[in-house]
Amino acid sequence: MIITDKQKQTLTHNLAVATAWIVALLFFFPIFWMILTSFKTEQQAISIPPLLVFEPTLDNYRVVHERSDIAGYAWNSIITSFGGTVLALLISIPAAYAMAFRPGRYTKGILLWMLSTKMMPAVGVLMPIYLLCKRFDLLDTTGVLIVIFAMMNLPIIMMMLFNFFREIPKEILEASRMDGASTLVEITRIVMPLAWGGIASTALLSVVLMWNEAFWSINLTANNAGTLVSLVASFSNPQGLFWAKVSAVSTLACAPIVVFGWMTQKQLVQGLTFGAVK
Amino acid sequence: MRISNLLLGTAAIAAGLGAAASADEITVATINVGHMVTAQRLTAEFEAAHPDIKVNWVTLDEGTLRQRITADIATDGGQFDVMTIGMYEAPIWAERGWLLPLDFDDAYDVDDIYEPIRAGLSYDGQLYAAPFYGESSMVMYNRELVEAAGYDGIDDHASWQEIREIAAAITDREAGFYGICLRGKPGWGENMALIGTMANSFGGSYFNDDWTPAFETQPWRDAVQIYVDMMNESGPPGAESNSFGESLALMNEGRCGIWIDATIGASLMTDPTESRVAGKVGFAQAPNGGTENGSNWLWAWALAVPAGTDSAEDATTFIEWLTSKDYIRLVGETEGWAQVPTGSRESTYDIPEFMEATSFADAELEAILTARPEIGPNKPYVGVQFAAIPEFQAIGNAVGQQMTAALSGELTVDEALANSQEIADREMRRAGYY
Repeated sequence: MIITDKQKQTLTHNLAVATAWIVALLFFFPIFWMILTSFKTEQQAISIPPLLVFEPTLDNYRVVHERSDIAGYAWNSIITSFGGTVLALLISIPAAYAMAFRPGRYTKGILLWMLSTKMMPAVGVLMPIYLLCKRFDLLDTTGVLIVIFAMMNLPIIMMMLFNFFREIPKEILEASRMDGASTLVEITRIVMPLAWGGIASTALLSVVLMWNEAFWSINLTANNAGTLVSLVASFSNPQGLFWAKVSAVSTLACAPIVVFGWMTQKQLVQGLTFGAVK
Repeated sequence: MRISNLLLGTAAIAAGLGAAASADEITVATINVGHMVTAQRLTAEFEAAHPDIKVNWVTLDEGTLRQRITADIATDGGQFDVMTIGMYEAPIWAERGWLLPLDFDDAYDVDDIYEPIRAGLSYDGQLYAAPFYGESSMVMYNRELVEAAGYDGIDDHASWQEIREIAAAITDREAGFYGICLRGKPGWGENMALIGTMANSFGGSYFNDDWTPAFETQPWRDAVQIYVDMMNESGPPGAESNSFGESLALMNEGRCGIWIDATIGASLMTDPTESRVAGKVGFAQAPNGGTENGSNWLWAWALAVPAGTDSAEDATTFIEWLTSKDYIRLVGETEGWAQVPTGSRESTYDIPEFMEATSFADAELEAILTARPEIGPNKPYVGVQFAAIPEFQAIGNAVGQQMTAALSGELTVDEALANSQEIADREMRRAGYY
C-alpha cells in the first residue's frame, strides 16, 4: 500500500493531535478525579473498584464551610500571592534592567548563583527564618508571607524578566539617553512599556507559584494568616477517612487560581515558552 | 549595614501588615481527628460560659503538628497557647521546662484520670498535660469473614501464630479479601507502634538496662519474622505504605478480616453510612507472644500549656473545661454517647448511656488498663510502643524504615534488625548514654 505525501501529513497531524489530547487528559485526570471525589461520601471515595457513577453529595462542601472560615483563608491567599508578586517585581525589574543593559563581569555568574538558591531545600532555613520572625514579632502575619514568597520567587522572576529585557534593542535606550533620559525614566517610560507582555506573564506565573506555596504557609502561620493551602493540609486526618473532604477543600482552593490561569492563559503560555522558538 | 537596614525595614513593613492576637484570645494547635472536630464545634459553649476568652483553633495533620509545635516551643515562639501533644512528648518537654505545670481545682478530680495515663503525662509527680482521650491497641475483626473461615471468633490474647492461621484461612486475594491488616508505613508512630508492641509481647524491649539497643535479640527476631510472614501470606497489596487510615478503609469496605490497631478504630466502624461492617465487628485483647507482656500499647492525646504563652491562665481554664467530666457529658448529650472521648477518665465508664451505646467500651477499657508502660526488668524507659527519651523519635523513624524494607523483601529480617541495631547504637553513643 502506497501512502502519498498528503496522507503522510494528515497521519502525522492526527497523531500529533491524538498525542496532545492524551497528554492533556493525563494532566487533567488528577484534577478531574479530585473534583469527582469531592462529591462522593468518604466510603465511596475509597471504594474499590473506584466509582464513576454514584449519587453526588454536597456534604463535604458543607463540612468545609462549617469547619473553617474559607473566605478568610482565600483573602490571605489573595493578599500574599498578589502582594508578594508586587514586591518581587519592585525588586526584580530594576535588577533585571541592570543585568540586561549594564552587564558586568559577574552578571551571568550572579544570575546562576541566584537560580542555584532554588535548589536548596526550604527546610534548611526554616529555623533561622522562624527565629527572625519571632524576633520581629512577625509569626502568623501576612506581611512575612509576602516577604518570603517574594524572596523565594525572585530568582525565577528575575531570570524571566532578564530574558524579556534582553529582547529590547539597546539602541532605543541609547537614543533615550542622548535625549537626556535618566535611569528611572528609561525603566518606567521605555523598558516597561516595551516589555509589558513579558512583565505581565511573569507576574501571572508568580501569582500562581505563590498561591500554591505550602511549606512556608504551613510553618509560619496559625489562625490569622493561614492561606488556602494550609487549610487543605488541615483536613488530613490520621485517624479516619478524609479523602472526600480533602478533595472538596482542594477543589475550593484550586478553583480561583485555575480560573485565573484560564483567563490569562495566553499571557502565561507566552511567558512560559518565551525564547523556546526563535 | 545596608542589608541589615533593609531587613529591619522589611520587617517593620511586614509587621504593619500583620495582625496581632489580642490578650484574651487563645490559640489551640491540634490534630484533625473526630474528637477534636467535635471539640471545635462545642467551643461555643465554653466561650458562652467564659465571654472574656475567645478560642482560635489551628488544625494540622499529625506530622506537621509535631514539626510546628516543636519548632514553636523550642524557640519560645509563643504562637500557640494550648498544644495537643502525646505521652511521648509530655515528660520530655516538661523536663526541659517547656511546659507549664497544670493545677486544677478539686471539682476537676484529677484522680479520676486513669493512673497509667496520668503517670505518662506527668514529670516528677506533677501533671503537665491533661488527657483529652486515651487509647490502647486491640484486635478488631470482621465476624462474618472469621466465621466463614471456620472459626467462632478470636480469643482474647490469642497467640500470634493463631492470628496468622485465622488470617490465612480468611485470605482470598483473587476475590480481594485479606486476612490481616497491619501498619506497614515507616515511622515511630506508624509501623513501630505495632512492631514495638509485638516485640514487647515476645519479651523484647527497645533498650537493655545499660541503654544498649536490643534489636538483635530473639524476641525481636520472632516478632518481626511473624509480622513479615503473616503480612506476606495474608496482608493487602502495598502494605508497606498502609497506616491506620488505609487499614480502616479496608475494614470498612469489608475486605479485611483482622485489624490490630488503635482502639479508637472501633468507634469509626459503628456508623452504617460510613462502614459496611457496622455491627459486625468483634473485639479481642491484643495477641500475646508467649510472655506476660501484652502487645497492647498506651497512648493519649493531651493538652498542655507551653511556657512561652502570654495567656497561661486562660489556656489552663480552657484545658480544664475540655478535659473535664462535664465536657464528656456535654458531648454525650449533644453529639451522641458513641462520640464521647474515651479512655481518659474512669467515670466515663460509669455512664450507663455510654456503656449501652458502645459495644467496644469494655474491650477498650481492658486494653488501656492492662497496658504496662512503666519501667521494668531490662526495660529502662517509660512507654510500650515508644521509649520516652528524646533520641527515640529519630531511632524509631530509622528502624521503621528497616522494618518496611523487611516487609517489602528488600532486606531479610536479620539484615533489617542488624541495621537497626547499628543505627540505634550510633545514635545512643552520640547522645552519651554509654
